[in-house]
Amino acid sequence: MKSGSNLEKVLTEGHFAVTSEMGPPKGTSADFVRKTAEHLKHCCDAMNVTDNQTAIVRMSSLAACAILRQMGIDPVMQMVTRDRNRLAMQSDILGAVALGIRNLLCLTGDHQKFGNHPTAKNVHDIDSIQLEQMIKTMRDDGLFMSEDKISGDVPIFIGAAANPFADPFEFRVLRLAKKIKAGADFIQTQAVFDIPRFAKWMEMVRDQGLHEQVYILAGLIPMKSVGMARYMKKYVAGLMIPDELVERMAGTSDAKEEGVNIACELIEQIRDIPGVRGIHIMAVAWEEIVPGIVERAQLLPRPIV
Amino acid sequence: MLVSEQKPLEEILHSLDGDGTVFLLGCRGCAEASHTGGEQEVRTMKANLEEAGKIVSGWTALDFLCQKALVKTGLQAFRDQILASDSLLVMCCGVGVQATAAVVDKVVHPGCNTLSMGGAQGEWRGSERCAECGACLLDYTGGICPITACTKSLINGPCGGARDGRCEHQPDVRPCGWQQIYERLKKLDHLDKLREIHTPQDYAKAEPPKALRSTTFWALEHVEE
Repeated sequence: MKSGSNLEKVLTEGHFAVTSEMGPPKGTSADFVRKTAEHLKHCCDAMNVTDNQTAIVRMSSLAACAILRQMGIDPVMQMVTRDRNRLAMQSDILGAVALGIRNLLCLTGDHQKFGNHPTAKNVHDIDSIQLEQMIKTMRDDGLFMSEDKISGDVPIFIGAAANPFADPFEFRVLRLAKKIKAGADFIQTQAVFDIPRFAKWMEMVRDQGLHEQVYILAGLIPMKSVGMARYMKKYVAGLMIPDELVERMAGTSDAKEEGVNIACELIEQIRDIPGVRGIHIMAVAWEEIVPGIVERAQLLPRPIV
Repeated sequence: MLVSEQKPLEEILHSLDGDGTVFLLGCRGCAEASHTGGEQEVRTMKANLEEAGKIVSGWTALDFLCQKALVKTGLQAFRDQILASDSLLVMCCGVGVQATAAVVDKVVHPGCNTLSMGGAQGEWRGSERCAECGACLLDYTGGICPITACTKSLINGPCGGARDGRCEHQPDVRPCGWQQIYERLKKLDHLDKLREIHTPQDYAKAEPPKALRSTTFWALEHVEE
């Protein structure tokens, strides 16, 4: 065991993993974090907490993860390279371990232009691949990036993102290989709507044997309305939604129900693709829908490991 | 005016690993003034490379490598030597290396690091930009700078935000720098470069060096003591 996290155990025992995600509040309420987490708690193996998602300032991922730990939840702390330099990241990682956080997802972060502080300076002192490498060195060698010694263990299950839909398409698999080399233990992909393209990507992943070197969890975003579908299709960087799904959302009288139907169909199709080891459901601001989806997809109860 | 320093010979030879025949290109502009890429330095480099077992197919030093059109016309006379080479070693600032890469379908290696002048740029630059980071990466990225071409200055590949080859930041005016790097390396059959993981940049080098601040490169009114 690299970290002993619940997520790591579920995956190493060969279960089809389910992770979910919560966005901390644009404020100070610990109750908000608890209430949101309460919806998701029983239907996932680990819960991601976003780090200033879409460059909008929110409660820190570290603090919200600590609250989840108090509730007995296995958090996945997200960390973007946009907002911190190598010093801040390393100190936050030490603090996270001290608070019982065992999973960390390394991300670049959306450009600050998209958020509520568009005039900010971005950092990107190190990039997401270097962040993975840094955590791996902290964990496996007990050393900071400076090669100074760390006191105590750093048991972290290292996560990375992969986007099978962004350009350049052929580079995406190469980049995944690079992330594995840098230290990634598990991968959570960008939301999958376009099954053929995702299947094609997975085929390329399998051709290189990468699915045996890392646990791949396919991303999923349940759609709440046709407006949301259209918005994501048009504006969310690196997302690809087939017209057919947008039309289905437009042509129904119960959009929420249709959104759930689509989500369950996608899960079924994703599970048929060899090499996929779990799903990651991102229903930020619609967390209450997740239990129903996981249940209908026959992924309940979650294994106790 | 841009100030450069030569990369260590060891690093240059490492970047030329596998390239038996090399064409040398210097610049009679800033690089000559910096004593890093004028005729004299190119000759010395030629001797160094030959001593290391490389074949130097030819060499020249042109006026203003930062100007693509000048580079293109200036290199016409050396077409055959360049075509017979595995790569070019370009001894000048980052703008010149990128301008050369933009007009020659060959692997282009930077011979110098461009030092920070705290904001000055090459005289004739086009779309190529050099951040004067002091630790030139152009060797790994097909002669397109990831520090300036990527809005996040990522050095290990693209983020997940590009769509249709455009940057998420300003898709109407900015191509994704990493898409350009990818395409260029693919064209040169050098995608293997992208497998290497680059360790974090030494951002201390992005500061103007102390030694430079006390010269006329930095301020014209400097008087030698």
